[in-house]
Amino acid sequence: MSVYGFLPYALTAWLFGWGLYGIVSSRNWVHLCICLAIVQSSTYVLLLGIGYRLGAAAPVFAQFSASTAAVDPVVQALMLTDIVVEATVVALLLALAVRAHQSTGSLDPSASCEMRG
Amino acid sequence: MSGGARAVLAGLGIAGVVFVILWGAVDLPAVGHYLGPYGDVVTPLAVFARHSTDAVSAVNFDFRGIDTLGEEFILFTSVLGVTLLLRQSEEGAKGEGESEDRAQGRPTPSTGDAVRSFGSGMVGLLVLFGTYMVTHGTVTPGGGFQGGVILATVPLLVYLSSSAEIFERIAPRRLVEAGESAGAFGYVLVGLFGVIAGVEFLRNVVPLGKTGTLTGGGTTVLLNLTVGLEVATGFVLLMLAFVDEALQRRRRAQR
Repeated sequence: MSVYGFLPYALTAWLFGWGLYGIVSSRNWVHLCICLAIVQSSTYVLLLGIGYRLGAAAPVFAQFSASTAAVDPVVQALMLTDIVVEATVVALLLALAVRAHQSTGSLDPSASCEMRG
Repeated sequence: MSGGARAVLAGLGIAGVVFVILWGAVDLPAVGHYLGPYGDVVTPLAVFARHSTDAVSAVNFDFRGIDTLGEEFILFTSVLGVTLLLRQSEEGAKGEGESEDRAQGRPTPSTGDAVRSFGSGMVGLLVLFGTYMVTHGTVTPGGGFQGGVILATVPLLVYLSSSAEIFERIAPRRLVEAGESAGAFGYVLVGLFGVIAGVEFLRNVVPLGKTGTLTGGGTTVLLNLTVGLEVATGFVLLMLAFVDEALQRRRRAQR
């Protein structure tokens, strides 16, 4: 496999690794949510990389005949799902961050470690 | 666990995961050399069997329509969660120790003229663009999700270029909540068309229409409309929850 053909996969691992590092080392709930979004964006690169075909058109045939070589529409649909889920889950996590800040007075995840009944 | 030990442990784990991803990718076909077969099977089906020139929309709302129903309910549940979480804050805020997010006694700077004029100028354009996106989902790239998000930016733009009070007036909570429920219910209703016709749930039983026109695609068109409504109102509801939070704080500060 050429370096060019492997690059998107390497980018996936790169984004995933650094996003995970950000989550583990995070000192702020908002920062943590953004890191989670970075982890998730690695899946976009992977999905688009899998379905991509060199020189092919987008899977939209308003102006082409249906026999034109096109990239895979299935992974694109999956990625659309991915984005919508990410946006709403981040909103939910940010609301949790607001509540955590109200109850502990801090946005530091390690300040919320103790459980209180 | 101490910070150092945690960093070492996490570092080992992350290095391992990254190694496994790269190792797994070595045997994948090089990017750009797509092997199929699903994309090549679905593409002609979308155009000839479903009269939808946008294959992505046909996949989302027809071939895997039931998944999109689930996805729509993830959105619905998340919005519900945010609203519930932030609605309780009224009583929580009565407690001590809530820090203000701005300095006491300093007036909020008014919105700049550039933001105000650009924002209000964009409103009409975005309504048009969002509606176009939602309705043309089966013809050109776009659809309910994309168009819904664009439509949801309209009240947000009004909020940016005017005030939170006007935002609440043009997007009354009752109406937005009703719209969100109608969007979620509408998807199920379109799915039930199939059951009423005596076939499977979400089967494309509506006349397919002419390929490349607004009606081409059958239920895909209707599902795009319901999802557009659901996504637009869902995102506005999210913003309302956060704006409410700020408004309540401001009202308390004025008291």
